[in-house]
Amino acid sequence: MIDNHILAPVFVHLFAAIVQLIFWRKTITQRFISVGGSLIGLLVAMRLFSKVHQEGILTMNASDWDAPFGIVFVADLLSVTLVVLTSIAAFAVSIFSSVGLSRQRMLYGYFPIFHFLIMGLHGAFLTGDIFNLYVYFEVIIISSFVLMTLGGRKAQLEGAVKYMAMNILASTFFLTGIGILYGITGTLNMADLSFKIKDVQNQTLVGITSCFFIIGFGIKSAVFPLYYWLPSSYHTPPSAVAATFGGLLTKVGIYAMLRVFSLIFIPDDFICTLLMVLAVLTILTGAFGALIKTNIRRLFSYLIVCHIGFMMGGIAMFSKIALMGAVFYLIHDIMVKTNMFLIAGVIRQLRGTMDMEKLGGLYKEYPKISLLIALVLFSLVGIPPLSGFWPKIFLFQEAFTQHQYFFVGVLIFGSFITLFVIAKMWSKVFWKDVPENVEIEDKFASMELYRKIMMVLPVGILAAATLYIGLNAESIVKISEQIATQLIDTRPYVEAVLGN
Amino acid sequence: MELLLVFVIGLLYAAGVYLILRRSMVKLLLGIMLLGNGTNILIFLLGTITKGKPPVIDEAYKVFQEIYADPIPQALILTAIVISFGLTSFAIVLLKRVYALVDSDDLDDLNTPEEEDL
Repeated sequence: MIDNHILAPVFVHLFAAIVQLIFWRKTITQRFISVGGSLIGLLVAMRLFSKVHQEGILTMNASDWDAPFGIVFVADLLSVTLVVLTSIAAFAVSIFSSVGLSRQRMLYGYFPIFHFLIMGLHGAFLTGDIFNLYVYFEVIIISSFVLMTLGGRKAQLEGAVKYMAMNILASTFFLTGIGILYGITGTLNMADLSFKIKDVQNQTLVGITSCFFIIGFGIKSAVFPLYYWLPSSYHTPPSAVAATFGGLLTKVGIYAMLRVFSLIFIPDDFICTLLMVLAVLTILTGAFGALIKTNIRRLFSYLIVCHIGFMMGGIAMFSKIALMGAVFYLIHDIMVKTNMFLIAGVIRQLRGTMDMEKLGGLYKEYPKISLLIALVLFSLVGIPPLSGFWPKIFLFQEAFTQHQYFFVGVLIFGSFITLFVIAKMWSKVFWKDVPENVEIEDKFASMELYRKIMMVLPVGILAAATLYIGLNAESIVKISEQIATQLIDTRPYVEAVLGN
Repeated sequence: MELLLVFVIGLLYAAGVYLILRRSMVKLLLGIMLLGNGTNILIFLLGTITKGKPPVIDEAYKVFQEIYADPIPQALILTAIVISFGLTSFAIVLLKRVYALVDSDDLDDLNTPEEEDL
């Protein structure tokens, strides 16, 4: 069905950014526009979700050029689910950043760039054209470069060099892949590609092309040999920025991988094995990295890497149940990881540091906030019935069915290390007394009440979303199942784009 | 023509990868730029080069009568050039700032220990 409302989430954030540019250096107005814009964006996204949920896949041809000739936007269930999750995360982060950022950063355009970033994310999820996906990736990375360097501290700029170099490299690989793909099929529309690729005689070339996509998306989603830029850059920007990055940017890579490998390159044995090896190594190295870190945000950065491996494993097994697990994990991960970095920001505000050795006694002083944080940490670990638990059932089940016992072991190991580091962090940050000869710098206590609320509220919103995912797992499982069905059987997608 | 382009692409990719693997920041930048240009020429080549046949339909006909030059790769390259122009200018400014702060061109010197900010 053709529906022009598909682009509404993109346009809401585009307009929010433009209006904010008009109010340059008027930070109070910008804050209101940012929170309001994100709220409208969330409502629009939810409307789009319910529409797609009821009526099936919606499409929109840009300038009324028929697919496969023009650029087409497609809202299937996977896209809209991710758009909704991104909107929730953006709403929470926009509230948090209106009190959690220094004024200097706001003066130099934090809010407009943040909305451009969210616009890019929505666009990347909704587009049905592979070159358009590349363009949205570029929108995302250029905005993220600015957000990462805004403030200009030494550590930040050093992290940004690594981040920039690897991301530009990833885009180059992605573009090379697109170039070869166009050369061998003569189309850029993903639905059209999905059956033109079968007619290509030189299937070896198709396999090699898919490797370009694995490398390109692998760098973006932080997969084993390509992830080293992530832990060395994500701990440098302010927490609000790190939350957006940690929660959303790596997941775009996973989304792109899900899309490309379900629609264009159907994974054969070689690709499946390759993805599985990468997934296993990602989980292992991410877990080992998390073990030795004492800074909270560095620890979370390694946990991001570790959990990317879970989703990669789901893609590697490529069956309905495995994809259900991967998609459910993606849903859970966006909410929780965004929240983790916001929590790191709150802790930093409470104590003036993020080093676990210098932290302590938070539970005694702030029991309510601590319990809220505990809820999120338990969800991350996957204590039943919270959200991290459910997707693992499907991953375990499918790994047993396919006799991937090594992956089962690694999954258990990864989950166990996650539990271990989170328990270590909990006891060091919340239960242990404040270490002697450490001066506490509590900025939180002296803040005005509305600022305190604005700082904790986003953590609460995301925690509520996580709780909803965990306690209402049945409906999320149903949605994941529908998404997985659409990923395995792509005929509805192709028919919606190209007609019969 | 095709053969020449193939060699140019190979050269640009090889030089780009070589420069990226060096430790100097300026060489990293040059390497990224060379790789980007190599990719652009690759897209150009893979769109099959057709000489002197613009994609314009003759007034008398409704469809193309003979093979024509595909305009899409050129549109793609144009987009990619503009994007890489933006990214490169950002990268140059970033590296200049880093150089001013760190006072070194060596990528291995970019390891300031933990420093925190909100």
